[in-house]
Amino acid sequence: MDLPVWQALFQEMKEQGFLPIAVAFDSAGVSAAKPWIDAANPTYPCLIDQKHLVAELYDMVNVPTAVWIDEQERIVRPSEPAGVTDAFRTMDRTNFSMPPDALGELMAKRQSYQDGLRDWVTNGAKSKFALSPAEVIRRMHTPSDDHVRAAANFRLGEYLAERGEAKSAQQYFAEAKRLRPESWNYKRQAWALEDPLKAGGPEFWASVDALGAGKYYPPIEDL
Amino acid sequence: MASNQLTVIYGERASALKSAEIRGEQLWIDTDEISAISGWVKKPEGFCKGNICVPVPTGRETQFVAGRRANLAALAQLLGQPIVKDDEHRVWSIGESATERKRALTSLEAPDFELPDVNGRMHRRSEYRGKKVLLASWASW
Repeated sequence: MDLPVWQALFQEMKEQGFLPIAVAFDSAGVSAAKPWIDAANPTYPCLIDQKHLVAELYDMVNVPTAVWIDEQERIVRPSEPAGVTDAFRTMDRTNFSMPPDALGELMAKRQSYQDGLRDWVTNGAKSKFALSPAEVIRRMHTPSDDHVRAAANFRLGEYLAERGEAKSAQQYFAEAKRLRPESWNYKRQAWALEDPLKAGGPEFWASVDALGAGKYYPPIEDL
Repeated sequence: MASNQLTVIYGERASALKSAEIRGEQLWIDTDEISAISGWVKKPEGFCKGNICVPVPTGRETQFVAGRRANLAALAQLLGQPIVKDDEHRVWSIGESATERKRALTSLEAPDFELPDVNGRMHRRSEYRGKKVLLASWASW
């Protein structure tokens, strides 16, 4: 979990105007997210997004993803994996250990992401990691009719699940997943509502394996 | 849920409506309630929100408006919004149009939102204007 990482960066750069805002995509709400937040004890805003509204607004299809927003509230980096790689796919699934080279690659990616953040906080618009508007738009997914229909289905499923209609909810989650197969948020949240362990269970690994050479976290070109 | 009650999920909110009447695929609601849940106000020139007005297509007026009621399903369709409904629980989910989402995203203005922290205190993203914000997602699952 990245909450302690954001806390360390916040301590380091808050005088320079840096502020992390963490958003938990948890349909189960505070009860699901609170233990992690308590453990990290963050002093920056740590918000609970039961309906995955921020995912929809900022087009986030996985966690952890992040968006960089400047002082004028302009997006300077669109939704992208926040310093993570596909290294977890090389994990030994019985003891969760990772081969050293995969672990090294993950640590290097984390480091370069944090260094990029530091560069942006120090240099602002002059930072090479603050992208031009054209580049931000190029990197965005264009919302399609399927995307917005998937979101409407997910919202309906989430509403029913919250009211104890778990079985009825699943058909709308299924439709959301069908319409937006690239959204791991839809898949894993729906599994987690069935059974908290399912989001990291055999179904999850089978879906990850089905990616084959495809990426779970698309690599970022410049960070 | 009362048998005549109907829930509409629109934007961030789910609203229980008393005036709603389902006729097939159409959803007739008092125009006051439509304004309250969607922000679209029925005016002589059409349906208006802020300074945008969408005229009712000529010749199809009766599909949109009848007395003090209007057809929210027809309006959603006109605006390109997806509709997903659950008949058993009488819940309609009306999403956002892809065109509007695209316009909002490519404006590069960070969308605003309001969410609670674990203590229930609400935070708006726009409260933090003037900061360099890392908006980072995570999940317990």
